Amino acid sequence: MSKKRIVIVGASSAIAAHCARLWADEGAHFILVGRELSRVQQVADDLRVRSPQSTIEEAQIDFNDTADIKSLVAHAAQSTIDIVLIAHGNLPQQPECETNLDTACDALLVNGLSPVLFAEAFAAQLTKQGSGTLAVIGSVAGDRGRKSNYVYGAAKGMVERYLQGLQHRVAGSAVKIVLIKPGPTATPMTAHLPQRGLASVESVARSIVNGIAAGRPVIYAPAKWWLIMIVIRHLPHFVFNKLDI
Amino acid sequence: MVAISAWGRLGSFEHQLHPLPDRTRVAAAIKDHLGLAFGNGRSYGDVCLNPGGVLWDTRAMDRYIAFDEQEGRLRCEAGVLLKDLQRLCVPRGWMLPVVPGTQLITVGGAIANDIHGKNHHVRGCFGDHVARLTLVRTDGSVQECEPGDPLFEATIGGLGLTGVIVDAEIRLQRVPGPWLMVETLPYRDLTEFFDLADSSEADWEHTVSWVDCLHGAGRGIFMRANPVESQLSEPPAARSLRVPVVPPVSLVNSLSLRPFNSAYYALKKSRASSVQHYESFFHPLDSVLDWNRIYGPRGFYQYQCVLPRDTGREGVKAMLTAIAQAGMGSFLAVLKTFGDREPRGMLSFAQQGVTLALDFPNGGERTLKLFDALDALVMSAGGRLYPAKDARMPRALFEAGYPRLNEFLPYRDPGISSAMSRRLMGS
Repeated sequence: MSKKRIVIVGASSAIAAHCARLWADEGAHFILVGRELSRVQQVADDLRVRSPQSTIEEAQIDFNDTADIKSLVAHAAQSTIDIVLIAHGNLPQQPECETNLDTACDALLVNGLSPVLFAEAFAAQLTKQGSGTLAVIGSVAGDRGRKSNYVYGAAKGMVERYLQGLQHRVAGSAVKIVLIKPGPTATPMTAHLPQRGLASVESVARSIVNGIAAGRPVIYAPAKWWLIMIVIRHLPHFVFNKLDI
Repeated sequence: MVAISAWGRLGSFEHQLHPLPDRTRVAAAIKDHLGLAFGNGRSYGDVCLNPGGVLWDTRAMDRYIAFDEQEGRLRCEAGVLLKDLQRLCVPRGWMLPVVPGTQLITVGGAIANDIHGKNHHVRGCFGDHVARLTLVRTDGSVQECEPGDPLFEATIGGLGLTGVIVDAEIRLQRVPGPWLMVETLPYRDLTEFFDLADSSEADWEHTVSWVDCLHGAGRGIFMRANPVESQLSEPPAARSLRVPVVPPVSLVNSLSLRPFNSAYYALKKSRASSVQHYESFFHPLDSVLDWNRIYGPRGFYQYQCVLPRDTGREGVKAMLTAIAQAGMGSFLAVLKTFGDREPRGMLSFAQQGVTLALDFPNGGERTLKLFDALDALVMSAGGRLYPAKDARMPRALFEAGYPRLNEFLPYRDPGISSAMSRRLMGS
């Protein structure tokens, strides 16, 4: 069997890099995409040591530039794409979003609009080839708006609503659309939070890779967040609004 | 603020944890700041702590950079765990030349504490196999250091005080596979121990022994091993046990220790040989997660000293007698010899002689009083204690044990200090 061709957008994020390590165990062809080439190269060098049988291309693009996105997809589409993982994002400080409109704008762009544009561009290619899995990292924060992170949550909620539509569109075809919702994970992005109870990035990456292999429409990682978020989503507002979460 | 304790769990201290995920940005992240690099938190005492201050978390710097499989040279970031490194290299016929009792430590931690293994008489310490390293200092400078550079020699075993180690190139050792031929031999007293140790050094790469700390004469079980080619298939990924809770009192106590030690000695007292996987031989405790919890909520100390060869026999005997009389100690007690190798680092611990390492549940004043008595024996034997394990040695013992301290001090990074450096070096 030929090697899987895997495109990872936001390849230097901790979760994405750990997914790549797992895929590299079997050998793959990677197209690693990031905002900064030097950081993508660090991930690429690491994968080359781990997996000499893998082959790797690195690309730097502007996440918010539709022309960049189109040319990336055109390049990746030279051969069949097996997996696309869209993993970029940042975790803004909510209070700063409330006082600085530019921070809020940036958070909405990078966590919401940009992943949706990537997904839309890659979805066109996957439907054309009639195969492949498109996975996007959302967040449990997208399940219900909360005062502690609702700008970030709104962007992630947008990703979810968009992917629901995409799942509807490709239903019945071999194309799989996967929404990943990690709970708080111990990565550099969450280092300012209390570390107790954070999932390890290795275990989250493992759930993602397994969930993508199974083509599950929604992956909560770790799985307990599925139950937690059912409760959170269904709390009546007069209870919910009293909670400090 | 995040509460962090070292492996001995003697206390939990608030720290600001600042991650350093990108090795090319460490200089910008630490420039003009105060802090201390933190790896996997496996040192026992206060060498890895900076209570109330900043810890620069290096664990996300866990990438490999380059691997020359012909020459066995691996370059990686400082946050890579030895366990992951070994699992990468062993299937390709290479292994770290020196590994400590746990492989759940980072490369940066292994360098900063210049750790040793069971093969000191053949391979020296970890730092002997570092071909170069990159050190970032709080003045914003990035220093590439090699053996022979004074800054390199200050950094090997430098307790993290010379800068933040961000990457290193390590020379690996060729091995036929993951297997070791292990021989187990009982010894009845220290004379037999030293005879076994001396006669094994020429033909055995790894030597170590378990010593019964409650038996005044110093009986124990000697283990020696060599890499061996074997067609055995890799064992299935061992399932890890976890000590699930902190028991209200130490499970290691005067009631449990004596029967445990006697039973272990009785069980192992016939000579045996077997083929073992390197993980079970080098790192038996790694399969029990959170094993440090067995010592209860007050935590534990480890006391590890090295005594020079000419005073070692009498010194160890006196220490074991004092420990047996006090009835303290633990099942985890290790006695081994170090070979005649000049340590590379200015503050490297290992030197020719004999090293004794014991865990002690924290019994408060009683335990500290025993340590005072042991300190006096170490001091008069001309020995020293291992900072990676220490939480309480007196400054005078540190200064006496590390004669190159004054040579080291000028290479300290003024932006870096730890609870240990404040305790033992005054800043």
